[in-house]
Amino acid sequence: MAVKSRLFGAESRMAYLLLLPTLILLAVVVGFPLVLSIWQSFFRADDGVDPETGLLQQGDTFVGLQNYADAFTSSGAGAGFWNAFWNTTLFTVVGVSIETVLGVAMALIMARALRATGLIRASILIPWAIPTVVSALMWQLIFDANGIANRLLNYQVLWTTEGWQAKAAVLIADIWKTAPYIGLLTLAGLQTIDEQVYEAAKVDGAGRWRTFWSITLPLIRPVLVVAVLFRLLDAMRMFDLPYVLLGKLRSGQTLSMLAQDAATKTDYGMASAYSMVLFCYICLVAFLFIRLLGADVLGESSTRTKKKRAKGSKPKRLVTTSEGSMA
Amino acid sequence: MSSGFTPSRRGVLAAGTAGAAALGLAACGGDKSSSGGAEPAQGNFDERGPITFATGKDTSGKLKEFLEKWNSQHPDEKVTLSELPESADEQRAQFINNAQAKSDAFTVLGLDVVWTAEFAAQQWVVELPEDKFPLKELIPATVETGRYFKKLYAVPFTTNAELLFYRKDLLSAAGTEEAPKSFEEMYQLIDEIRKSPDGKDTLGFGSQYSKYEGLTVQLTGLAKSAGGALFDDQGKPTVNTPDVIAGVQAVRDGFDSKHIPKEALTYKEEESRQAFQDGKLAFLQNWPYVWELAQNEDGSSSVNGKIDVAPIPGVGDKPGSSTLGGLNYAISAFGKNQGTAVDFIAFMAAEEQQKEWAIATAQAPASAAVYEDEEVLKKFPFFPTLKEAIDGGTPRPQVVKYGDVTQAIQEAGYAVFSGEKEAKAAMDELQKQLESLES
Repeated sequence: MAVKSRLFGAESRMAYLLLLPTLILLAVVVGFPLVLSIWQSFFRADDGVDPETGLLQQGDTFVGLQNYADAFTSSGAGAGFWNAFWNTTLFTVVGVSIETVLGVAMALIMARALRATGLIRASILIPWAIPTVVSALMWQLIFDANGIANRLLNYQVLWTTEGWQAKAAVLIADIWKTAPYIGLLTLAGLQTIDEQVYEAAKVDGAGRWRTFWSITLPLIRPVLVVAVLFRLLDAMRMFDLPYVLLGKLRSGQTLSMLAQDAATKTDYGMASAYSMVLFCYICLVAFLFIRLLGADVLGESSTRTKKKRAKGSKPKRLVTTSEGSMA
Repeated sequence: MSSGFTPSRRGVLAAGTAGAAALGLAACGGDKSSSGGAEPAQGNFDERGPITFATGKDTSGKLKEFLEKWNSQHPDEKVTLSELPESADEQRAQFINNAQAKSDAFTVLGLDVVWTAEFAAQQWVVELPEDKFPLKELIPATVETGRYFKKLYAVPFTTNAELLFYRKDLLSAAGTEEAPKSFEEMYQLIDEIRKSPDGKDTLGFGSQYSKYEGLTVQLTGLAKSAGGALFDDQGKPTVNTPDVIAGVQAVRDGFDSKHIPKEALTYKEEESRQAFQDGKLAFLQNWPYVWELAQNEDGSSSVNGKIDVAPIPGVGDKPGSSTLGGLNYAISAFGKNQGTAVDFIAFMAAEEQQKEWAIATAQAPASAAVYEDEEVLKKFPFFPTLKEAIDGGTPRPQVVKYGDVTQAIQEAGYAVFSGEKEAKAAMDELQKQLESLES
């Protein structure tokens, strides 16, 4: 094969040499900690207490897949896993869906604004610019038993108690914060659409809805898919918002929070196990999303025809990297 | 099978948490590969020289004054202050990080009262020589918080106990001057208060019933107030005894009969203080810091001049008992110059420093004599009541796996108070959980 011969030529040796620093850096920064993390997840800290002195037996014991088994059966040290898993999934699916709709709407408004465009864009982006911890504290005030939310509703909902209302509080705060992110990326996509296309549609007598579904949406799709993918990955790691807003309520516990919680109890094996499960879950979702919707993360193309060409060169790239990292 | 290789936790966690949880985890580096003996970590108290003192932020500036004083008296054994974040969780993370790395960066550690057992059992702090400290001058209940398996690992610097804040005006509207002694009495009083024009809208009684550490504070106190205890002297859980169940039920009754508002399930210290200051509650169980804020005359408190304090209510005819808070000082097993550290802790526990600290920060001192000092009493007239509460106070469970234990207690308490489970069922379940944590 032509591809193969090039991989071992003098030219490619030079290429590997040039790539080597990057590969070493990746191995040290990504590969090494990841492998250690997997290794750590097979251990559990000894916790036997000497009945005479009360002193703790020290050291770690190899427990194989016990940490994972505990997590998947939600028993022992892994109690609460499925609750956190479903919370993470709920926050991700519901949150990102609503954010996408709102974000696109925001982008359309920002693109069409005739006056004070700068001001409108800036004001829509403010929630995204505020640090999550700060906005979580702000929402905590809003969702206080006697806070603004309840005054507007004129009904006392105890948002920060266990139940659906706590999940709703997290979703509202998260959507408020991150819809502008999708809005911003979509706006960038909107601005690349040639005005002539719209004029042509108008001449053909297309209405607003028709124009949106047949022209705007398909043309911003590549950008939108990437924006949604990033949001998905981000939402699945959600930690700071429920941590600050709801504290220890089960209703808001996510997988990241479980990992942190286990680590604060110095149960690093369990913390690593949770992290690995979350890592695999995120990888799976990212993989499916890219496969099914064809998210163009690497920016190889902006149109479909170019993409087909890009796909042709893909296998070669993959082989290069995998061989390279083995070397 | 014991591990031959213990991976470095810092690296593991940095990768494993997928970034998001890195907040709390980055601080948990270090190795724990040593196999400890059956003896407590022994200090070398002959070593003298400069030491580092690590504790939470010195918000009053008083700590620096103490250090200047010490340093001018001990030029060869200077103490350097290492200020840690204000959040207790962050402080704990830093201490654990240092201990696992066996770092000698910190010598004297400011430990929250609930960490004594864990730090002692892990041998992160050394056993202290009792004769070197003015323990007799300190309130006995506070010294107990520094003990683990009858050995002294930490010396109290400040302590704390919850008090019952009440509205004098509403009490007299109900025709009495005396604060209630029990929950039952208090609920009856609230009924009376609601019959008066001023008190008809009162929400009644409030304390910290949100799901956090405060709930463990409540349950520990309630168990004792009803004549029981969450753990017996041997450290075995006893949470489903009739006494403990009666204690938990006393608060549940308050929720059921609307003497405690449903919104109290969202109360932490500050939310409950706010509700009291806004005049919504007739009775509030909270820490002494509320006194100054609720008496504020700048308009931030609508109840200034109308309040007083009493010991918290008991259950039935038993006196109420508050859970103890506070800060203890311990010596890191990996710190240098532990002899100097012992003297420095004794210096901080001496009456002179204790009194100055109380006046500057309004925090409850561990030294008993300060509560009788005229200067202190003039500034804080409620200190005799506070002393009474501390004398009868209860330490939280001295268990190694405090994190797991407190979480289980919070889950159970919340389930009962929110009406999700009945007291007996929840406490039976908690008992099983705590027993399984022990093994």
